[in-house]
Amino acid sequence: MVAIDLTDVSKTYDKLVVDRLSFRVAAGECFGLLGPNGAGKSTIARMVLGMTSPDAGKITVLGVPVPARARLARMRIGVVPQFDNLDTTFTVRENLLVFGRYFRMSRRQIDAVIPSLLEFARLENKADARVAELSGGMKRRLTLARALINDPHLLVMDEPTTGLDPQARHLIWERLRSLLARGKTILLTTHFMEEAERLCDRLCVMEEGRKIAEGRPSALIDEQIGCDVVEVYGGNPHELGALIRPYAQRIEVSGETLFCYAPDPEQVLAQLRGRAGLRLLQRPPNLEDVFLRLTGREMED
Amino acid sequence: MGERYAAGMPANAWNWVAVWRRNYLGWKKIGLASVLGNLADPMIYLFGLGFGIGTMIGPVEGTSYIAFLAAGMVATSAMASATAETVYGSFGRMGDQRTWEGMLCTQLTLGDILLGELAWAATKALMAGTAITIVATTLGYASWPSILCLLPVIALSGLAFASLAMVVTALAPSYEYFIFYNTLVITPMLFLCGAMFPVNQLPGAFQDVASLLPLAHAIDLIRPAMLGRPAGSMGLHIGALCIYTVLPFFLSVALFRRRLMR
Repeated sequence: MVAIDLTDVSKTYDKLVVDRLSFRVAAGECFGLLGPNGAGKSTIARMVLGMTSPDAGKITVLGVPVPARARLARMRIGVVPQFDNLDTTFTVRENLLVFGRYFRMSRRQIDAVIPSLLEFARLENKADARVAELSGGMKRRLTLARALINDPHLLVMDEPTTGLDPQARHLIWERLRSLLARGKTILLTTHFMEEAERLCDRLCVMEEGRKIAEGRPSALIDEQIGCDVVEVYGGNPHELGALIRPYAQRIEVSGETLFCYAPDPEQVLAQLRGRAGLRLLQRPPNLEDVFLRLTGREMED
Repeated sequence: MGERYAAGMPANAWNWVAVWRRNYLGWKKIGLASVLGNLADPMIYLFGLGFGIGTMIGPVEGTSYIAFLAAGMVATSAMASATAETVYGSFGRMGDQRTWEGMLCTQLTLGDILLGELAWAATKALMAGTAITIVATTLGYASWPSILCLLPVIALSGLAFASLAMVVTALAPSYEYFIFYNTLVITPMLFLCGAMFPVNQLPGAFQDVASLLPLAHAIDLIRPAMLGRPAGSMGLHIGALCIYTVLPFFLSVALFRRRLMR
């Protein structure tokens, strides 16, 4: 079953923000929209929810045409927005209660699901704390729990871990994986390569509203890179580049860092060892390299 | 375009209740302070003008000045609290607090949200207007049974003023713009609509303008009820307040759609 189907969708504000984009998200899948700020990810999330209309193209979500019948789709969607919009003067429990009512749930239905949502969000001891007293990570987890109150099939998450410290981020990732294990479908926008690599079954890599690659993270890395990477910090990247070029499949320079893609990284390292002022790092390739390869630039935070 | 506008309309006749209840829950936490705040202003006018000016002038339209003024203050308090709740409360929930953003992610439509906000503002108008009525009645300026007729009138007036203010809220780029609405619309109405002195004291052209304004219709319903007199053209006044409720509502759905869902 297809959870989300976008066909040739375009959207222009002052400039073109989404350019004839098509993708399909299967039920039970975690699909990531990966790209730098301004790539059009949030606009796509808003269009999927029917909160803004495409200028051209067709969107179907959970079998329902959007935006025409978006309300019907939203009944079975949970949303984690980019910025917290919890009621800060309310307690944790009141936030869940109020949100359940937006979905026409009765007090009894809401009271029945609150304990499991609090447990899921690891907020059992905070039920009667005001939101203003919670840490950033707790607020995000409450937002996540709130998004689950209507037992949605699909979760739309816009940068769910932006602004969190690494520990809080890992806890969110772990919670999201448990949702996937329960069969939920997730549409996730992110500019964190690590987040995309860890969570997403498939990815759409975006730049300036266009799709520049699509596929499984591991497949994208294999196709686009396919060998280890040596990162070189310090020295003159161009001079060093000339030195190791014979041993490299490809060399990219980004800022002060030189990225050398080499089937045999030992040979590259041998050329550079012993040179003063250099820091060397050999590592497996990741999505950062894919993005660099496809766009010629790094994805800044 | 028409289809998209329709999708922003209230989904059904009861969805708005969830929005109203959210606001009620928030209000309960600060309820007493909020009621006192809403009451202070009209109360000061009622006693300050009522006793101050009232002692210097004779009866107005066949009653004491303070009894005449009481009806004006009931209507004015409904206008002021519905307006304040909409331009400050609703504007904050739309903007900084991102409350509407959260609601728009649920099965609620923009129309449901606006309806809930208007109903909430009308509720606050009802609380403020009723409180003044009770004070005035306790002092003998109105009869207790008249309160029953007054409640729906105050609620409808609150709805009309909230609906008008919602259009301003939809257009205002920031809080600063509400001062224009207050000084150019709300305050002149206070003087044009017979809240503090009879409309027939005004030059003819002003009387014509006043007959179009919502506060005048509210007062023409409230004053006879409080003074126990037969009300003339009730249908006209109720109809006018209904128009002031309904037309701005449809306009604000369109304006907010353009603002929030573009």
